[in-house]
Amino acid sequence: MTSTSPAQPAEKHVAPQADHGDPARSLIGRIAEGRAWLFLAGLIICFEIWSRFAFGATFVLNPFNLQSIAIFAIAPLLLATGQTFVIISGGIDLSLGFIMGLAAVVAAHATNLAGAAIPLPLAMLAGILAAVIVAGVPGIINGLLISRLRVPPFIGTLGMFGVARGVAFLLAGGTTVPVQNSWFALLGNGKFYGVPYLVMIAAVFVIVMHYLLSQTRFGQHNYAIGANVQAARRAGIDIRGHILRLYVLSAMCAGLGGALYAARFTAGAAQAGEPLLLDSVAAVVIGGASLFGGSGTILGTVAGALVIAVIQYGLVFVNVEPFWQFIAVGVVIIISVLIDQAQRRFSGGRQDE
Amino acid sequence: MNSTDQAPPLLEVRNLSKHFGAVRALSDFSMAVRPGEVVALAGDNGAGKTTLIKAISGVFQPTGGEILLGGQPVAFATPQEAREKGIETIYQDLALADNLSIGANIFLGREPMRKAFGFLPVLDRQAMADAARETMKRLDFHVSRMNAPVSNFSGGQRQAVAIGRAVYWDAQILIMDEPTAALGVPEQRKVISLIHQLKAQGRGVIFISHNLQDIFAVSDRIIVLRRGVQAGERKISETNHDEVVKLMVGG
Repeated sequence: MTSTSPAQPAEKHVAPQADHGDPARSLIGRIAEGRAWLFLAGLIICFEIWSRFAFGATFVLNPFNLQSIAIFAIAPLLLATGQTFVIISGGIDLSLGFIMGLAAVVAAHATNLAGAAIPLPLAMLAGILAAVIVAGVPGIINGLLISRLRVPPFIGTLGMFGVARGVAFLLAGGTTVPVQNSWFALLGNGKFYGVPYLVMIAAVFVIVMHYLLSQTRFGQHNYAIGANVQAARRAGIDIRGHILRLYVLSAMCAGLGGALYAARFTAGAAQAGEPLLLDSVAAVVIGGASLFGGSGTILGTVAGALVIAVIQYGLVFVNVEPFWQFIAVGVVIIISVLIDQAQRRFSGGRQDE
Repeated sequence: MNSTDQAPPLLEVRNLSKHFGAVRALSDFSMAVRPGEVVALAGDNGAGKTTLIKAISGVFQPTGGEILLGGQPVAFATPQEAREKGIETIYQDLALADNLSIGANIFLGREPMRKAFGFLPVLDRQAMADAARETMKRLDFHVSRMNAPVSNFSGGQRQAVAIGRAVYWDAQILIMDEPTAALGVPEQRKVISLIHQLKAQGRGVIFISHNLQDIFAVSDRIIVLRRGVQAGERKISETNHDEVVKLMVGG
């Protein structure tokens, strides 16, 4: 019975040797974290120089350019905001593009229908609300498939991609649905002191989403689930409920994107979000998220969406053939992932455990 | 000298059985853990150690027998219930979210909130970091960068974080399943000394290991399981490696 009562003095801990405060490593980490903003700054400088030499005109100081880039970035950004949450959790949502198209068609129909009965501004709100709510339905189905029936997110949302696409075209009758509502048109094209209303709405929305991801339990659990779903479950987090809410949230982001699309073009089109799905994934990845889950930020995604918009708009502005856009965006995605890999290797390489 | 021998047990298991169909994973097993006591469970693969701790920690319900906590019979429907009653299990595969800080891991699922600008609920990261620093200090474990993700730390340090979480939430019984299995030798020593700290704080520890060296370094008693039954129980001071090995293999 030598060792039962008061414990023998524990052998002293050696001070933790591996606190990894090494400055070179944290510098690389910081560059990797902010890489999307660095890309953005680099691109803007390139286009500015190019534009001055080629045309003697400014690129970035031209308010029209800034407005156009911001408007350009909104739809992919809204999809990418929802996608950021999903990708951080370790999933992916392929249905967002056509949920956006579905929402755009619903927004157009609902605004027109409501406009016959109630004042135009209310009809506009009803249309936006209807779009966001209807978008939630495929989100619920995605969430149930993935959380209850254990369908892999890639497959479940790919199925929903097809379903939403079909429903959107059916609702639209195979064509675009024009909106007869002057308020809706004003929302989509009006400006306040040079700032388009759409940009203001997107900015407020992004701030709310940033808050949700970085400051709430929902956001915190999202990161934990993406890193180690087993650990999250053992910590008592309701994984199923979380996943369900997550896919509803991302679908509703796409729903808002669809409503704003309908406002901008005063028409709903089923194919509204078709080219934007991969842009949204690209924006999230350029913004610093890992497709393996567990990392990413809304602010990074904002930068990622702006990078894509600047490339697309900037190449048109300096009069390069538009096909170069695809190449440029592709190269940026690859560079971004390479930086991410390098940073992982540097930060201890324990991610595989 | 043997004050803990007389102290009422924190945890007592009486005649516990668990059958999976015709397979008797655990039969008629009894044991007790007293405050400040480390009880080692040893046995070959499939001897019933994991079944036992899963029954105690609420992962599944025993077929027969009872579990008493502080003298009161308890039944846990879920691991959460067991945790709320102060039984924390520390898994060998480290149940941590690597991308979160120590504080965020300690509070995972129970994050404290504060009001920003007087109305907006936000995560109280400062409180989490303070509590984490305090807790790790109680384990004699000093970390300077509280907001670094735990992936920056070594295996032993992360094991310490998992133990810290149990300590913060005031677990009275810690079940540790092979806590040193994935670690290098210096890291194993750290974990062993952490277990000594837990003992000094009067907690009960159930320690599962294949490593007799570790068992002899830290335990007060050893219980050997073989094919679901208790093959023997010895005080560490009154036994040796050979005897334990014989009990394990049934020699």
